[in-house]
Amino acid sequence: MIDVKNLSKSFGDHLVLDDISEHISPGEKVVVIGPSGSGKSTFLRCLNLLETPTAGTITFENTVITDPKVKIDKVRQQMGMVFQHFNLFPNMTIRKNITLAPVQTKLMSQAEADEVADTLLKRVDLLDKAEAYPNQLSGGQKQRIAIVRALAMKPKVMLFDEPTSALDPEMVGEVLDVMKELAQEGMTMVVVTHEMGFAREVGSRVLFMDGGHILEQNEPHAFFDHPQNPRTQLFLSKVL
Amino acid sequence: MTFLEKFTLIFTNAKYLDSMLTGLRMTLAISIGAAILGLILGTIVALVGLSKSKNLLMKIPKLICAVYVTVVRGTPMALQLFIMAFVVFAIRGFPLVVTAIIAFGINSGAYVSENIRGGILSVDIGQTEAGRSLGLSPGTTLWYIVIPQAIKNVIPSIGNELIALIKETSIVSMIGMYDLTAAAKNVGSGQNLANYLAPMSVAALFYLAIVYLLTFVIKIIEGRLRQSDRR
Repeated sequence: MIDVKNLSKSFGDHLVLDDISEHISPGEKVVVIGPSGSGKSTFLRCLNLLETPTAGTITFENTVITDPKVKIDKVRQQMGMVFQHFNLFPNMTIRKNITLAPVQTKLMSQAEADEVADTLLKRVDLLDKAEAYPNQLSGGQKQRIAIVRALAMKPKVMLFDEPTSALDPEMVGEVLDVMKELAQEGMTMVVVTHEMGFAREVGSRVLFMDGGHILEQNEPHAFFDHPQNPRTQLFLSKVL
Repeated sequence: MTFLEKFTLIFTNAKYLDSMLTGLRMTLAISIGAAILGLILGTIVALVGLSKSKNLLMKIPKLICAVYVTVVRGTPMALQLFIMAFVVFAIRGFPLVVTAIIAFGINSGAYVSENIRGGILSVDIGQTEAGRSLGLSPGTTLWYIVIPQAIKNVIPSIGNELIALIKETSIVSMIGMYDLTAAAKNVGSGQNLANYLAPMSVAALFYLAIVYLLTFVIKIIEGRLRQSDRR
């Protein structure tokens, strides 16, 4: 589904991603963990070209999206993204937040989009907030809306960039629950997170990144119970 | 005659009142015309300045906009007005009011563009990223997501600029135009009232009324835009 070949990214002199190659198959739930500054967020943001790679190619569904001729907007319509700081649009109601993109990209009529919004809002139990503004919501509610907003585009893959890192601890659960549900439905997911419990429970594969490299990867039980790389062992001993 | 009698005379004497109102109309005409021109020009210049296009063709307008802002903000308004009146539009029969509107509009545009640029930059980059990640084009993201939030941030400083503009138009008498300030000077002259305090006070009152009204309108607009901030 997503094929990354020799991906490098530097900001000025600082090399953040160093020659990464990776493949993500349909239905996989890839969890990316690692210390801050390891390049995991940059890696995720390269997948939908929010960051332009310095070198390498990324292929999504047989389209080389790193080719400058590719219409990136069309590609992004099939890749949902959820941010650490929610990034809901504060000038619009929740309903408008959800329906703006499907309507503006001519994916749906306003009526169809409204219906999709209602269904999705019901699913995350926030239908009563449809006419509220983002500032009236709690952090957990905002992030659930952000997930719904991405889902309204009916994406083929969902990218999560530390979706629970900006939340009060008591609100982390409600967001993870929505993500778990999504995983159970078979959504392809790439999740950058510090939630080791989530990685273990939901992930089909865990990648450990540090210094712009993927140092180790495995299915979650083997990964957490028998880490091979010394750097991974050190990291896990600190966070678990 | 006491000050109060002279003050009231300006409103009761048809000639004086007419003179003041003629000046007021000119002040309003220049202010409104220049404000509209300035807002349009300022928006365009701000958007061109912020464009990240790597196209070589965009470099030229970007350079022009940068020079425009620097030159206009770096030279006195009176000098710009003189250049417009005595050089650029030194054409017999060319209406002075149009000259003034263009001169003040161009001047105001430079300041407005900086306000708008700051307003757009003050919108969190995450908003743009969220819009683009949903597959929206740069234009759609700017129009539906960034600009509405930028406007809210920009309204107070734009209001400031409009107020400054209205008062700055009082220098048009320097190119022989008859605005509110010129009218006050005329009414107060020897052939007329032979007293400057009363007409100047009336003119001041008119300026104050315009600015107060504008402030009031801006407050209403601000209030409406703040709706989404309620918690």
